[in-house]
Amino acid sequence: MTAAHSADTPLSADTPLSADTPLSADTPRTADPAAPAHDAVSCTGLAYAFGETNAVDGLDLSVREGEIFGLLGPNGAGKTTAIRCMTTLLPVPAGMVRVFGLDASRERMGVRRLLGYVPQQLSADSGLTGRENVALFARVFDVPRKERAERVAQALAAVDLADAADRLAKTYSGGMVRRLELAQALVSAPRLLILDEPTIGLDPIARTGVWEHINAVRAATGMTVLVTTHYMDEADQYCDRVALMHRGRIRALGTPDELREGLGERRRAEGAAQDTLPTLEDVFRDVAGSGLDDQSGDFRDVRSTRRTAQRVG
Amino acid sequence: MSEAPAVPRNASADRAREQGIALLLQPPRPRSGWRLVPARVGAMCAVELQKLRHDRTELYTRAVQPALWLLIFGQTFTRIKAIPTGGIPYIDYMAPGIIAQSAMFIAIFYGIQIIWERDAGVLNKLLVTPTPRSALITGKAFAAGVKSLIQAIVVIVIAAVLGVALTWNPLKLLGVAAAVILGSAFFSCLSMTIAGIVLSRDRLMGFGQAITMPLFFASNALYPVAVMPGWLQAVSKVNPLSYQVDALRGLLLGTHAHLALDFGVLLVAAAAGIAAASSLLGRLAR
Repeated sequence: MTAAHSADTPLSADTPLSADTPLSADTPRTADPAAPAHDAVSCTGLAYAFGETNAVDGLDLSVREGEIFGLLGPNGAGKTTAIRCMTTLLPVPAGMVRVFGLDASRERMGVRRLLGYVPQQLSADSGLTGRENVALFARVFDVPRKERAERVAQALAAVDLADAADRLAKTYSGGMVRRLELAQALVSAPRLLILDEPTIGLDPIARTGVWEHINAVRAATGMTVLVTTHYMDEADQYCDRVALMHRGRIRALGTPDELREGLGERRRAEGAAQDTLPTLEDVFRDVAGSGLDDQSGDFRDVRSTRRTAQRVG
Repeated sequence: MSEAPAVPRNASADRAREQGIALLLQPPRPRSGWRLVPARVGAMCAVELQKLRHDRTELYTRAVQPALWLLIFGQTFTRIKAIPTGGIPYIDYMAPGIIAQSAMFIAIFYGIQIIWERDAGVLNKLLVTPTPRSALITGKAFAAGVKSLIQAIVVIVIAAVLGVALTWNPLKLLGVAAAVILGSAFFSCLSMTIAGIVLSRDRLMGFGQAITMPLFFASNALYPVAVMPGWLQAVSKVNPLSYQVDALRGLLLGTHAHLALDFGVLLVAAAAGIAAASSLLGRLAR
């Protein structure tokens, strides 16, 4: 295994939270220990079409509580549309989406209270300071005034931005903005953190920094993380399980090891010479097939991705 | 509202406390009922004030045009005495109209900000919070009102410096603030409604420019309704800007005004604008 994520992954010295926090069940959220455990996300036959284009075409997916789950796929695979259905941004016209057992089409407010969401774009307000950016989300999640300042400070400290908290966000580097967005998502103590391409456009060091903070916060809080990414190495290294999505459906699902070993076995069975285990990118190519370039997202997708990369970098 | 399902969370509260993030394990208690909308309005207004505190450039540049209206148009037409103003100097007569105009100009382009927020992902992030769309639009509308109010204060100061005889009665000034905020709430909702229809900044700019001056000229901001041709009087009667100007004129100058009708129309217009913009917000989220 390349270093598939686990809670005891060592972190760098400057990470404010340690990722080796053992996970236990003594939590302040516990209200009813007898309550049935739900998957963090459960999609059954989810379908969504833009006109005649089926962006999501019968998606079946379960994300287990507490895991880091990677949703991979080329541009236009339907990842973002699926996530928008899960986050209640889009209606669920066909199929079922549940978040911790709540119906995303009927219990929207309940679902939203469980979510922390970081979109692909750099969504921090550049005209506000880091502290003000986080405080806005504390307010819209109804954090009481008396604990707001402390909670905001904790969220900023958790992503190592305490020293830069009173600087305008427009003076932050790309990696710092991503961490700020993470703090905005964390301030409401979400049970499910959804990150859409969180490291797009970042340099390798900043990418590592963002992931270290995601890992550390996950380890300390036990929250579930659902992430989309184009970077196979990140998925391989940090995700407990990944799903490869193509043309609106899940084409492969498992741990990175399982997927790589599965492809290796298949190739051996077909008689292909195999010196090394396939990479996750090989699995991705195997699933998505050739001709990806013609299908990889529309003008708007590419423009959005490039804008984000440009702003970050 | 649904409560979060009570599933135990896999984290150690003690260790989280040691690491200084104990609060990040505790979801805040949801606000319910009537308290939700004022809370969201407060949050959005606070953001506008924070932005203005960090960068006042827009405040200064937007003050130029109303200053020119008062300085050039106002002083010139005061000398000409071509417009019947009921015995008050023309510059005094037009000052409330210019206050309303400067507030409207800010609000009418507020839809551009919401399109920018959509493009930047900010809107989607806000829509994923436990904020009903109507509460988000109400918050944005009143935030536009606060921004316009700051601008209105600048114009009132300029008018006072130019010798316009304005009231300084605190109660009347509170009424002025209410009229400015309600009018701006309507015009910002009109802008956000158009944004929800046209979906692009360029188109919204075109619409904004196309409707701003007609709204201004088809109101009583520069001249009394009585001197307008009949068809323009009809337009003026359904133009909320006319009611806003009437209220401002009555409160600031003490002229005869229909304050109950003016505030009634502004309230209904703002409520209708909020309903229309809320219903179209989903188009921006797609």
